[in-house]
Amino acid sequence: MPPPPPSKKATLSLRLSKREVPGSIAMGKFCDRVLAFVLAAGLLVAAAGLAHAGSYEDALEKFTTDEFADTADAVTEVATSGNPLAAPLIAALQDGRLQYSAKDKKVFIKTADDKLIDAATGKPFDGTAPDDLDTVRVNNRLRGVIDAANGALTLMAPDPNQRYESAQHVFKSRDAAVLPAVEKALEAEKTERVKKVLNEARAAILLGADDTSAPDRLAAIEVIRARGDQDSLALLQSLPADLPAEVRTAANAAIKAIERNLAIWNTVQNLWYGLSLGSVLLLAAIGLAITFGVMGVINMAHGEMVMLGAYTTYVVQDIIRTSYPGLFDYSLAFALPLAFLVAAIVGIIIERTVIRFLYGRPLETLLATWGISLVLMQAVRAVFGPTNKEVGNPSWMSGAFDLGGILITYNRMWIIVFTGIVFVALLAMLRFTRLGLEMRAVTQNRQMAAAVGIRTARIDALTFGLGSGIAGIAGVALSQIDNVSPNLGQGYIIDSFMVVVFGGVGNLWGTLVGALTLGIANKFLEPFAGAVLAKIAILVFIILFIQKRPRGMFALKGRAIEA
Amino acid sequence: MMDKQTTSALLYLDGISVSFDGFKALNELSFIVEPGEMRAIIGPNGAGKTTMMDVISGKTRPDEGDVFFEEGKHDLSKLDETEIAMLGIGRKFQKPTVFEMHTVEDNLQLSLRNDRSVRATLFWQSSAEQEKRIDDVLDIVRLRPLRQRIAGSLSHGQKQWLEIAMLLAQDPKLLLVDEPVAGMTDVETMQTAELLREINKTKTVVVVEHDMAFVRELGVKVTCLHEGSVLAEGTIDDVSTNDRVVEVYLGR
Amino acid sequence: MMSAHPLLRLLDRGSTLFLVLLGAFAIAIPVLNLLVPAGSALHVSTYFVALFGKYVCYGLLALSIDLIWGYVGILSLGHGAFFALGGYAMGMYLMRQIGDRGVYANPILPDFMVFLNWSELPIFWYGFNNFAYAMLMVLLVPGLLAFVFGWFAFRSRVTGVYLSIITQAMTYALLLGFFRNNFGFGGNNGLTDFKDILGFNVQADGTRNALLVISCLMLAICFLLCRAIVTSKFGKVLIGIRDAESRTRFLGYRVEAYKLFVFTVSACMAGVAGALYVPQVGIINPGEFAPANSIEAVIWVAVGGRGTLTGAVLGAFVVNYAKTFFTSGFLAPYWLFMLGGLFIGTTLFMPRGIIGTYNNWRANQAEKKAAAKDNVVPAASPHAAE
Repeated sequence: MPPPPPSKKATLSLRLSKREVPGSIAMGKFCDRVLAFVLAAGLLVAAAGLAHAGSYEDALEKFTTDEFADTADAVTEVATSGNPLAAPLIAALQDGRLQYSAKDKKVFIKTADDKLIDAATGKPFDGTAPDDLDTVRVNNRLRGVIDAANGALTLMAPDPNQRYESAQHVFKSRDAAVLPAVEKALEAEKTERVKKVLNEARAAILLGADDTSAPDRLAAIEVIRARGDQDSLALLQSLPADLPAEVRTAANAAIKAIERNLAIWNTVQNLWYGLSLGSVLLLAAIGLAITFGVMGVINMAHGEMVMLGAYTTYVVQDIIRTSYPGLFDYSLAFALPLAFLVAAIVGIIIERTVIRFLYGRPLETLLATWGISLVLMQAVRAVFGPTNKEVGNPSWMSGAFDLGGILITYNRMWIIVFTGIVFVALLAMLRFTRLGLEMRAVTQNRQMAAAVGIRTARIDALTFGLGSGIAGIAGVALSQIDNVSPNLGQGYIIDSFMVVVFGGVGNLWGTLVGALTLGIANKFLEPFAGAVLAKIAILVFIILFIQKRPRGMFALKGRAIEA
Repeated sequence: MMDKQTTSALLYLDGISVSFDGFKALNELSFIVEPGEMRAIIGPNGAGKTTMMDVISGKTRPDEGDVFFEEGKHDLSKLDETEIAMLGIGRKFQKPTVFEMHTVEDNLQLSLRNDRSVRATLFWQSSAEQEKRIDDVLDIVRLRPLRQRIAGSLSHGQKQWLEIAMLLAQDPKLLLVDEPVAGMTDVETMQTAELLREINKTKTVVVVEHDMAFVRELGVKVTCLHEGSVLAEGTIDDVSTNDRVVEVYLGR
Repeated sequence: MMSAHPLLRLLDRGSTLFLVLLGAFAIAIPVLNLLVPAGSALHVSTYFVALFGKYVCYGLLALSIDLIWGYVGILSLGHGAFFALGGYAMGMYLMRQIGDRGVYANPILPDFMVFLNWSELPIFWYGFNNFAYAMLMVLLVPGLLAFVFGWFAFRSRVTGVYLSIITQAMTYALLLGFFRNNFGFGGNNGLTDFKDILGFNVQADGTRNALLVISCLMLAICFLLCRAIVTSKFGKVLIGIRDAESRTRFLGYRVEAYKLFVFTVSACMAGVAGALYVPQVGIINPGEFAPANSIEAVIWVAVGGRGTLTGAVLGAFVVNYAKTFFTSGFLAPYWLFMLGGLFIGTTLFMPRGIIGTYNNWRANQAEKKAAAKDNVVPAASPHAAE
C-alpha cells in the first residue's frame, strides 16, 4: 500500500476556494499600490498650490532634460494637471514608449505600431521625426512616482469603477493629505455610488484628523455608521480615547450598531456558503439517492460518473475552443445532455454486465462497483492523463456581485439554481411519467410489477442509467468549481453516501434536507473549528446520528423496509 | 381491566396500539393467555397477527398499552428480544429460520438453555447430558436420524420442525408459533398439529395460523383478529359461525 | 465436531498445512538470507526479506478482516484505520528511540515538533519511549476505538452496508485529522527516519530477519486465536448471527456483545499487524488511513476466500505479490485495471475465493463418491429428495 500523496482537496470546503473571487488578482495589484497612491495624493496636494493653466504643457518640457529629478517633477505635475492626456502619457512612460527631442523640446508618445503622437496636443504627429529622438529613461525611484501618479489619477479617472475602487482605498488608508483631492473629486463626481464612497472616505479622513470639530466628527460617525462594514468597525474602534464625550458616545453607539449588523450579515453569509456547499452535496448525492435510495444498489463508482460528466464538459469545451470559439458561452448547454448520455450509457452497461448479477448481495455490489471505479479512473487517466484539465467558466458564470454585506459569485449562484432545477425535474419525472411510475412500482414490489407486465430488468437498467446520468450532469456543474482530474469523483463519494444515509434512504426530500443541513452545519462550524475539523466533526456527527437513527432522518418505518 | 399485580395470566395484553407511518397495525388490542393454555390466532392478512407476535417478543415496541408476562411480573414493553427470550418466550418465525450453515445438532446445541454470555460460549464444552437432551428433542420432532445433516439441506417441512425443536431446546414457558404449517403437505400438517398438542402438555402455546383445518385439528380456543383488534373469541365452532368473522375472513 | 478435544479442533488439515508452511518460510528465509553467501543461487536478498515481512503483516490484517467479515458478516471498510493506529503507536516508540540523533538533535522532541517550534512533548506522547507501554498502546488504541465505535454501532443495530459506510467515514475522518500538523503525529509526512528498535538497528539484516520471524510468529498466534474463536461455540453463534441475526436474538443471545467482542479482537489484531509493518517499511503516514487501503485489504480476503482463515492470508500474499510484480515493470499502468478487474471478477465469478472454491470442489467430489456408493446400495436417503 504505497501512501497516496496528500490530497490537496482534502475537504469539500477547501475545494470551494477555486475561482471564488474572480476579481481578486486585480484587487491585489491595486493594494500594492495603495502606499504609492497615498504618496501621489500628497504630491498632488502639494502641487495644487502651484497649479495654473498650461501647467501640463510646462511640465512636458521637463521630460526633455534627461534628468531623473526633472522627470519626477514632470510626472507629478502632469498627474495633477487634470489634463485628459495625462493618463496615456504616464502609461507610455511606464511602458518605455515616451520619447523626447532635447533639441525641439518636444515630447511624443509612440504607439504600438511605431507611430508618433504629439504629447502636447494628443494628435498624431505627421511631420518628420526629429533625429535626436530618444526614450525617456526611468529608474526605480521614478517607477514609484509613476505608480503613485497613476493612483492619484484614478480618483479622477474616466471609468467610474476605477474611481470607485480608488475611493475605497482612500477610505481604508485615511491619509489626511488626500483630503483636498477627495474634496475636489467629490465636487466633480456625478455617479451616485462613487460619490457615496468618496463621502465615506472624506468622513474617514475627517474622523481621524486631529483638528476636526466635534459636529464634523459626529456627522462623520453617522456616515461611517451607515456604511456599516468590517472596515467601518475597525475605523471606529481605532479612534483615540481622548475624544469629547458626545463623540465618544456616538462612536460607541455606532460600533454597537455595526457589530449587530455585521453579525446578521455574517449569519447570512454562512447561510449562503452553506447553501452553496449543500447544493454541491445535493448535486453529487442526488443520483446516488436514486441508485442507492430507490434501488438499494450501493454504487461506489458513483463518483466516477460525476467525473465522466466533468470530462465530457472538458471535451465539449475543447472542441468548441478549437473549432467554434464563438459558441464558448453555450458550451455547458451542449455538455449537459452529452454528459447525461455518457454517464447514463456507462451506467446501463455497468448495470447490465455486473450489478444485475449481484442484486440482493449489497456487500458484493459494493466491492464490485469499487473495482469499476478503479477501472474507470485508470481509463480516464490513460486517455486524458493524470493532471488537472482546464474547464473554463462561460462569461455568464464568471464574476461576482455584492448583495448587502456579502459577495455572491455567479458560478455558485447558478449551481444552486441548477441544483434546484435538477431536483424538481427529477421529482416530477418520478411522479408524473410512465417511467417514474414503473420505477416506483418495481421498487415497491418487484414480483407484482413483473406480474402486471412491467419489464423489471429494463426498468432496473433505466433506473440505474437515470441515477448515473444525473451524476453525469452533476459533473458538468462541478467542473465549474472543482479541479477536473481522474480523482474528482473520489472526493465526493463518501460525502454523497453520508448525505443519502443521513437524509434517509429512499426519500428524495430527505436527501435534499440532508444535503442542505450538512452543508450549512459545515459552514457554521468552520469559523470555530477550521475547515478540516469542521469536516471531521460532521463525519463524527453523522456516525453518531446513524447509530441513533439507523435509517436516517426521514426513514420509512415498519415492516416493509425490513423485508 | 385487571391490575397487573393481580392477573393470573401467563401473557397479558391490554390496549396495545402500534402504528407504522400512519397505518394502525394494532388498535387497542387486548387479550389474555392463561398458563398451560394453547391459543390459536386467526385473521385475514394485515389483521396484525405478526405485529402482535413482534410486540410480545420485543421486536416492536407498542406505542401504547401494557404487555405483561407471568402474572404481571415482567413488563415486556420495556425489554428487548434477548431479555424476553431469556425470560422463557420462544418464537418461531413465519418463514422457517434456522442456521442453514450449521448441522441440525449445532442448531440445537445453540438453542439449549445454557449461559448465553460471550465468556461462557468461548470456553464451552458439551456434556453427555446435553447430548442426551438433543436426542430427546430430536425424537419429539422426529428428526433424530438427521442429526448430522446441514440444516440448509433439509426440506421445508423439516426446517419448520427443526425450528420448533430449537424452541423446545430453549425450554421456554411460552411458545409463539407463527404459521407452522405454511407450505406443508396434509400429512405433515396433521403431524405438526399432533406435535403441538404434545408440546402443549408441558408448555403454553400461541399459534398463528391461516389453515382452518389445522386450527380445527388443534381443537383449542380461537381468537380472531381484524384490523388490529380482537373480532371474536371462543371455540372454533363459535368463531367460525360468528357473522362478522364470516364476513371479513372466512367468507360464505 | 464440538465434542473433539479443544486443541485438536484448532488444527484441521488446512490449518496444519498453513502453519507448517508459515514455519518453513519463517526458518528458511532468514537462513537463506543470513547464512547463504550473497553470490549463491540460493541466497535470498534483504529486499525480499523485507518484502515478505510486509506480506506477513498484510496477511495478519487480512486475517483480522476475515474474522469479522467471513464469520459475522461485518464488512469493515475502516480496518486500515486500526492497522494505521497500531502502526502509529509503534512509530511513536521508534521516534522516541531516535533521541538526539535527529536532524535537530533534540533529545526529547522528534524532529517534526522542533520544526513546528513546539517547546515540549504533548502529553499523549509520554511513555512511548518505553517499549512495553508502546506495545500496550498498539493493542489498546485500536481496541478502544473499535470498542467505542462498535458499542454505538452494534447497540443501535447498524448493519450491512450502513455499517460499511460509517466505518469508511471513520477512517476518512482519521485521515483528515492525521494530515493536520497540530494533531501531533507529524502531519502528512508521518513518522519516519527510524534508527533502532530495542537497541537494534532497524536497517540491519539481522533485525529485519528477526522482525520477519516475529511477524510470522504473531501471524501464527493470531491464526490459532482465530481458529479457537471460530471453532468454539462462540464461533457457531457468530455464524448464526451472520446467517440469521434475528433468530440468534430470539434464542436469547446478546448479539451486540458478540459482535463487539469479536470486532474489538479483530481491531487489536489489525493494530498488531500495523505495528509489525512500520519498522519493516520504515515509515507510517496518514496515507495508511485512506479509505482505498481498507477496501483493498477487503479484496485480499475476498480473493483468498472469506470465511476461511487460511484463504484470507493466502489472498493477501497473492494480491500483494501480484501488485509488487505488476507495479514495478512496464505493466504498471495496467495494475489498477487488474486490481479493479479483481474486485469485479472475484465477486461475480468466484464469490467464495480460492480456498472456498477449492473446499467446495472437494465437497462435491466427496458427495459424488458417496452418491456412487449409494447407487450400489439402493436405500438412498429419502429426505434428500424431499
